[in-house]
Amino acid sequence: MKRPALLVAALVAALVVTTAIAFAQVPYDRIRNADAEPGNWLTYSRTYNGQRYSPLAQITKDNAARLQAAWVYQISQPQKFSVSPIAIDGILYITEQPGDVVALDGRTGRPVWRYSRRPAQDNRACCGSANRGLAVLGDMLFVGTLDAHLLALDLHTGKLRWDVAVADYRAGYAITVAPLALKDRVIVGVAGGELGIRGLLDAYDAKTGRRLWRFWTVPGPGEPGNETWDKESWKTGGAPTWITGSYDPQLNLIYWGTGNPGPDYNGDARKGDNLYACSVVALDADTGRLRWHFQFTPHDLHDWDSTHVPVLFDDGARKLMAVANRNGFFYLLDRTTGEFLRGVPYGKQTWASGLDAKGRPLRLPDTEPIPSGRVIYPGFHGATNWFSPSFSPLTKMLYVAVREEPAVFVKEQQAYSPGQWFSGGNPSGVPKIEPTGSIRALDGLTGKLAWEFPLKSPPWAGLMATAGGVVFGGSSEGLFYALDASAGKPLWHFPTGGAIFANPASFLVNGRQHVAIAAGNGLFAFALPEQ
Amino acid sequence: MARGLMVWTLSAVAAAAQPAADLYRTHCAGCHGPNGEGSRGPALKVAALDRASDVDSLVSLLRRGVPGTEMPSTPVSTVNDPQLRALAAYVLAFRTTAPAAPTGPAGRGAELFRNKGKCLDCHRLNGEGKPLGPDLSNIGQQRDTNWLRRAIADPEADIYDSFQGYRWTISMPDNYLFVEAVTKSGERLSGSRMNEDPFSIQIRDGAGAIRSLLKSELAELKKHWGKSPMPSYKDVFSAAELNDLVAYLVSLRSTR
Repeated sequence: MKRPALLVAALVAALVVTTAIAFAQVPYDRIRNADAEPGNWLTYSRTYNGQRYSPLAQITKDNAARLQAAWVYQISQPQKFSVSPIAIDGILYITEQPGDVVALDGRTGRPVWRYSRRPAQDNRACCGSANRGLAVLGDMLFVGTLDAHLLALDLHTGKLRWDVAVADYRAGYAITVAPLALKDRVIVGVAGGELGIRGLLDAYDAKTGRRLWRFWTVPGPGEPGNETWDKESWKTGGAPTWITGSYDPQLNLIYWGTGNPGPDYNGDARKGDNLYACSVVALDADTGRLRWHFQFTPHDLHDWDSTHVPVLFDDGARKLMAVANRNGFFYLLDRTTGEFLRGVPYGKQTWASGLDAKGRPLRLPDTEPIPSGRVIYPGFHGATNWFSPSFSPLTKMLYVAVREEPAVFVKEQQAYSPGQWFSGGNPSGVPKIEPTGSIRALDGLTGKLAWEFPLKSPPWAGLMATAGGVVFGGSSEGLFYALDASAGKPLWHFPTGGAIFANPASFLVNGRQHVAIAAGNGLFAFALPEQ
Repeated sequence: MARGLMVWTLSAVAAAAQPAADLYRTHCAGCHGPNGEGSRGPALKVAALDRASDVDSLVSLLRRGVPGTEMPSTPVSTVNDPQLRALAAYVLAFRTTAPAAPTGPAGRGAELFRNKGKCLDCHRLNGEGKPLGPDLSNIGQQRDTNWLRRAIADPEADIYDSFQGYRWTISMPDNYLFVEAVTKSGERLSGSRMNEDPFSIQIRDGAGAIRSLLKSELAELKKHWGKSPMPSYKDVFSAAELNDLVAYLVSLRSTR
């Protein structure tokens, strides 16, 4: 008699769990209070502050050496696999090229539903088609497409709820960024900085897909900032918005990085600072109005997009933002006002002698691209790139994957043709210099180097610090590794067999901490052996 | 919709009027370099392309792209058929001219290669020889006469440089970097680097064996940038012999 009773109890328990999953809702308050449920990963950087920090502490610097692969999920078409998964109550939600969204059982890696959509064949996604992930809000998931649509899917079934065209893909627009969902809306940006687009950032009503506001990252005639563009050059000014921003709910400000001005390497036709390219913009979440902006690289000529996740933290009363920029400098800003507080180089750079009191670079002479080519550090991929930095509130360090790779910058004349390559130059590598890289831990307030872990190749993978005192990262040779967050000592590594172009995430499955990373053509999940 | 249609029309008109050089600049130069010298993508300025041998095969490759790489497909709406053929011909014209059949007595070159040069002591050729340096089975397809002449007389002048082209990842160094390592247990070994990552390095040692070394096991690791284990053959061969040897090397082509 005992056994059936037990069985019934088990069935009831299972039913309760199933019900919980079936009716899972992710209202805004859950995302805003993400720290109350450290076992889930509810937005691109886990929290709105962009820290990509996990409060989970089962995996520590003392036991990380025992991490094992729990499962691998293989994508069906080999493509650059850059997704950062969303994890909700044991289920992972990922995107997969060329246009799929898949829900996976976090315990086994088995797919439980799939949505498939094929983008227009002639989409212009520049630089290798990629998708970096989803946003969730309420009972819907939000995903961008290579042909510049924004889709809403049912969280529980993957069924399409709505589909809106954000911009015209034939003019060079694409969406590779993971959207950011907050309050009742979805924020989404665009790629296309090498295709002569005019950058924008949009907000859509989560329920209906109706556009609530649009912020043009290149101001039009009559708008402040338009005077920083020569003649008609603003029309093809670039400044794309292809990396997810951060959000401060208290200030109700969205912080979003912008990309290079177009054409990249030839600024002859766009004399001026070219606002708001290579900047971070602070926008009112309700209206999309610009509160402040900070331009890292005025009149950029080296393709140094500022498409980074702005990292938000506080120092006593002061609300701060840290950015390790593609241009080689670390910046600390007051995120209420945009005031520049501090800036120091954190990677190898040969283009500026430093920053002035307002944070404007003091350019060295003879650093702009010329037809015969000029060698500059960092190269066009930057001292870091789109992949996420991480900030640990425990160590107060900003962890940055740093690239050390020069380029020969060559300037060319190039005519604009809609939707076609429009870079005004052609950089290449430097003979006999093997590019390299490192993971660097910077003091969050000063940018001072605390430790460094050398890599062999320049990295394309982001970082995640955890409350277990571990920093996870990936290498271009396909190594996924764990470092001691306070000293940088390697604790564990696993050869995944494919280059890593993605950010790590961590979540709980049945109470066990897992760490996931997209590598090569697989999504890998790791955990400690079961007791 | 109206705006979309207009943009599309403009784009189609622009494409129809574009000469091949402009098409190349717009669609190819970003990755393959302004003159086919290679950048993010492979160099096109080589004796033979790996995946296409004529206009037809290149047109078909351009249409479908190269799955699994960053080489995209080219739909008709972007570049129409006549334009794509012109573009393919333009790309094929980058190929370096390698004399089709060496006119000199390749037999003498082959003899010098095997005996006086003892090239097989370090190089593989169609399954023979040691794998310490590059396999030369189809070197005539990859390198031209001038390059080969220089490589024999002054091997360090032209160490294969895989860093000039911009790559997304460099996961397989292929420049035969000469390294010396000392393990913590005192073993010394040297050879060419086959691969490397933050935690390990793979070396082909002097016996031709591939050695896997963890960096945590090493007391010392020296990389000899710009050095080659290959000696100069400038004083070994006469000018006439060098001509014969180079002619022989140029004749080495894959049979596929």
